[in-house]
Amino acid sequence: MNTTAADRDIKTMAVQYGQKYGILIALLLVCVALSVVNEFFLTQRNIINVLRQASINGILAIGMTFVILTRGIDLSVGSVVALAGVVSASMATTSSTAAVAGAPYAFYIAFAVGILVGMAAGWINGILVAYFNVPAFVTTLGMLSAARGLTLLYSGGRPVPSLTPEYRFIGTGDLFGVPMPIALFALVFVLAYFVLSSSRFGRHVYAAGGNPHAARVSGINVKRVRMVVYVISGALAGLAGMVLAARTGSALPQAGVAYELDAIAAVVIGGTSLSGGVGRVTGTLIGALLISVVNNGLDLMGVESYYQQVIKGMLIVAAVMLDQARHKHA
Amino acid sequence: MTQPLLEVRGLTKSFGGVAALSDGQFTLMPGSVHALCGGNGAGKSTFLKIVMGIEQRDNGTVNVMGKAAVFSRPSDALTAGISIIEQELSPVPAMSVAENIYLGREPVGRFGRVDFRKMNRDAQALLDDLHFRISARSLMMDLTVAELQLVEIAKALSYNAEIIIMDEPTSALGEAQADELFAAIARLKAQGKGIIYVTHRLSEIFGIADRYTVFRDGRFVQSGAMADVSRERLIEMIVGRPLTEEFAKTNTPTDETVMTVTGLNSAGFVRDVSFDLRRGEILAFYGLMGSGRSEIFERLFGLLPDEGGEITLMGKRVSLAAPKQAIDAGLAFVTEDRKGSGLNLMADVRDNICMARLEDLSRAGLMSRKREASAARQMIEAFGIKTPTDRLDVSGLSGGNQQKVVLGKWFLTRPHILLLDEPTRGVDVGAKREIYRVMSEFAQGGGAVIMISSETDEVLGMADRVIVLRDGRISGEVGRSELSAAALLNLAA
Repeated sequence: MNTTAADRDIKTMAVQYGQKYGILIALLLVCVALSVVNEFFLTQRNIINVLRQASINGILAIGMTFVILTRGIDLSVGSVVALAGVVSASMATTSSTAAVAGAPYAFYIAFAVGILVGMAAGWINGILVAYFNVPAFVTTLGMLSAARGLTLLYSGGRPVPSLTPEYRFIGTGDLFGVPMPIALFALVFVLAYFVLSSSRFGRHVYAAGGNPHAARVSGINVKRVRMVVYVISGALAGLAGMVLAARTGSALPQAGVAYELDAIAAVVIGGTSLSGGVGRVTGTLIGALLISVVNNGLDLMGVESYYQQVIKGMLIVAAVMLDQARHKHA
Repeated sequence: MTQPLLEVRGLTKSFGGVAALSDGQFTLMPGSVHALCGGNGAGKSTFLKIVMGIEQRDNGTVNVMGKAAVFSRPSDALTAGISIIEQELSPVPAMSVAENIYLGREPVGRFGRVDFRKMNRDAQALLDDLHFRISARSLMMDLTVAELQLVEIAKALSYNAEIIIMDEPTSALGEAQADELFAAIARLKAQGKGIIYVTHRLSEIFGIADRYTVFRDGRFVQSGAMADVSRERLIEMIVGRPLTEEFAKTNTPTDETVMTVTGLNSAGFVRDVSFDLRRGEILAFYGLMGSGRSEIFERLFGLLPDEGGEITLMGKRVSLAAPKQAIDAGLAFVTEDRKGSGLNLMADVRDNICMARLEDLSRAGLMSRKREASAARQMIEAFGIKTPTDRLDVSGLSGGNQQKVVLGKWFLTRPHILLLDEPTRGVDVGAKREIYRVMSEFAQGGGAVIMISSETDEVLGMADRVIVLRDGRISGEVGRSELSAAALLNLAA
């Protein structure tokens, strides 16, 4: 009762700014702190390193954002990374044992196949979730297991090595000086940003997640929207799988294990609500960068990697607590 | 003079510098039903929240049975003898009725084991006393919305409180169940309890209340005996200005048929429904809950599958198999459950207004922000929606303004036929009137309206013709000249 109106206004403004830019401020603070304690952090090489590390998780997290916005979840992306990786790599390898007949094909054919494999997995998820009303958690948990199994069956449990230089370009090449994984991440981000903020489909995604009943009554084909978001997530998992294979030089059947967790973490840290309808892909971008910066910083300071997992866990929970607090204020 | 059960003076409360309540006064006498009246934003809910211990007051006094009371949490109010029947239900679906009633205060036997036999017996006795035909052993998830509401009422009464607050207790009840509630209220009154009754339905107030208190803009306006006040005078106090007419009806039906429905079936129990709708007409569907009223709308709007029957719009046979088809055919559907299926509460006013007409506001799949903004502006002006900006979350608006957002969403689709399911539920008197005006003007301007309403007054005031439904079939049709409450009830029950 002693606070004046002006005090309160300042407080409200601070709360509002905190709400809108909280995660960005956190990212900047971490960056400033790291650049003070470690002179190597702000070097060009390290920055590129951070971005490259963020790119694969970032691509997955952007797909995950679409799914979570519709109140869903996609636990299968890690397995789809591996499946799309080995299938497309088997079309772009010069190794006689791992190749499919006629390989190596031109890189764009292998590339298209990888995306299609991801889309197919996403399509199956989407059909089950949207048209058969299987809970997304269960559907994609099933796909997590099935896609991993298919990966092992397809590859016989062995890596697919000796990829063609053209194929490897998407993981190791440069585009105007920007490493390809970063360029692809940026491209995916821009497209997703554009779709979610400016397209009719984007409006459908937000409406279907915010209130599916109201969206349906308003003439939005909610089932189709829900199916399409899983296809998007699958396609991006396929892309991430190929970037990963291209970067490492061979596609590993055990690649991508637990990647879904980092992707979900980036989305949640970025402020997208798990109950759907609220969130932005810019938040996801910042979330993915924050995870990568924190990992990198801990590496630079020589912190054991086991600690990194603990710290990441705390980061996720702290971000959600922040989110809860902001909903209470609003 | 007997001591009041509850006496509140000079209650104030501000939220973030905005005064929600600046002078709350209320006196509840034992053995009385006291109606608390006011529009949305009048300060009723703030007042109740303070009395219930959910919010803390800034200033003022609350005396319960002559003793100054400070409630810092809801259980304090309960201990002091105040219980509430809330508007929003909070059942635990997988538990039984008895478990829900005694949640958190289960009778305990030896070794801390819950005494289910006693609990079921007590709960059943409580329900039987109230003449609610519900088994204490059934699971909450198997009950209808109306039955859930009755359980909520039984729960509030099980605390044996002296003061019982009822916030819109009949919003989900049919006539017969509401009558059971009113009978229970009469018995409580006879026992000397005090009841604070909150509702937007004026006829209920005149039916059961002894006294009224009106709040407006966070201030006490007046209180007195119901016997000394007329309906018109009460509405004037609530709205704050004289009303010319409650039901602003200006339309006149034409002879031109815009829609013909023949032999329509729906939802497995609605059978053989046939009717015509004329240009300029307001047609009402009247019936109890579960009579199939809403299911007809849902079928016409493509939300329920085709189970036979023909629909003809402007002379053309249509299938209306999906909401999109219905919208394109010129239908608009304001659903009964505003929060459940009317609005996207996660989104702002603009996005809600644009939600049903995204095609017209985009080109090649790309939204035009300019057109979205201008559409929102147009509807905000047309319906007088009170919002500082179209970017405000729609959840921050009052019930009446939310309903206007829903209307705005549908008017943006330029409909020919409006389907209105309980269009004024949870809306204050002022906003109700505006909704009536919108309906009339829409019909007069060449549209046609079908409305569903549980409020008999509203049907009598607005409808040109009423089709009465019972158990999924049409049980009769009444023209405006023969309309009376008795005629409707006779056909419905």
